[in-house]
Amino acid sequence: MRTLNRRDFGVDLGLTLAAAILLPLTTARAEGTEMEVHIDNFVFQPAELKIKVGTTVTWTNRDDIPHTVVSAGKFRSKALDTDDKFTFTFTDAGDYKYFCSLHPHMTGMIKVE
Amino acid sequence: MSGHDHGEDGVSRRKVLECMTWAGTGVLWTITGGVPRSLGIIDSAEAATAAAPGMAFLQISDSHVGFDKPANPNALGTLEEAVNKINAMPTKPSFMIHTGDITHLSKASEFDNADRIISQSKLDVHYVPGEHDFLDEEVKFYRERYGRGTKGAGWYSFDAGGVHFVGLVNVVDLKAGGLGNLGAEQLAWLEDDLRGKSKSTPIVLFAHIPLWTVYPEWGWGTEDGGRALEYVKGFGSVTVLNGHIHQVMQKVEGNLTFHTARSTAFPQPAPGTAPSPGPMKVEDAKLRSMLGVASINFKQNEQRLAIIDTPLQG
Repeated sequence: MRTLNRRDFGVDLGLTLAAAILLPLTTARAEGTEMEVHIDNFVFQPAELKIKVGTTVTWTNRDDIPHTVVSAGKFRSKALDTDDKFTFTFTDAGDYKYFCSLHPHMTGMIKVE
Repeated sequence: MSGHDHGEDGVSRRKVLECMTWAGTGVLWTITGGVPRSLGIIDSAEAATAAAPGMAFLQISDSHVGFDKPANPNALGTLEEAVNKINAMPTKPSFMIHTGDITHLSKASEFDNADRIISQSKLDVHYVPGEHDFLDEEVKFYRERYGRGTKGAGWYSFDAGGVHFVGLVNVVDLKAGGLGNLGAEQLAWLEDDLRGKSKSTPIVLFAHIPLWTVYPEWGWGTEDGGRALEYVKGFGSVTVLNGHIHQVMQKVEGNLTFHTARSTAFPQPAPGTAPSPGPMKVEDAKLRSMLGVASINFKQNEQRLAIIDTPLQG
């Protein structure tokens, strides 16, 4: 866990600083954060992603073959054709293993803390 | 065309086998590493006396109707070329099997287009689904069209020409990190389906993903395929026909012959020769030599089927 550091909040947060301090640090920092995973050559890249709670992850399929993004009981995309995207916002901490249900040898992991 | 009935028919296989005198005619081909090799030519006198009918059927696979990427911008067009090739064959096959990935994205229009072209063969077609045929939101288009009279996700068996055919589904309920999957319910059904069959009954198993392990790094195999193969081990002649890998591959193990067919849409690389198993772009002039169909001929004196892979060109 990082220690509280004033610089982390940035100047633009200005007046919200006081409120932010009252929230858990991780939540305050991750709100609205966006991360990306690409599918290239039947591989999720990066295969493992570490993010904070509140982060939104977008998967983009850059293959000429459809893929899916499925985490049992957590999220399931429809079939993504070339350049289609799937987005999911992680509101709970935990390890989310996921895979492509069409090509199950394709696996990935999102670690949310 | 899907107007066939997958239920039990009244043909007694044993009777057919008892009554028929089968004989090999013509050239028996085996394909090793994609190269056809002639095993022997029966001389014309012998061939002339071999009047007993055999049985011929066709396999097409991986038509991916709707695919329009650089590897083949017109997959519907090459499917039509394949059907024209079939229609021009000197001997009309008894029927056709399609080993899945009829469509690319399971759109209703793709299924409609596929049917419009394939029905021009005027052959009964027995389908099994590929993973590309179950992509619609409600997973209903394939079943509505081809699921009639089938069990579970679409498996079934039928008899033709004294041969017992079993269509299996290994593209649903796939497990993370795994390969193709048949599942306990389907395996139990298969065991039951084969129970009581004479061991001299030739068996054909067909499914989309190879039932044997071709290249697990690319998912080319079926997790519990070995279980299915256990059930057919005691039979004198077993042929396993698959698609999915978009190239010809053959392996013979005792009484088991494994064979995969070309796609009519686009080629895929040989195992491990590319970063991924995705569509392989080749020179335009070369494309049609890498697409095609397979003809399968049964001659009862031959334990193995004769399988002839015919490319669209060359």
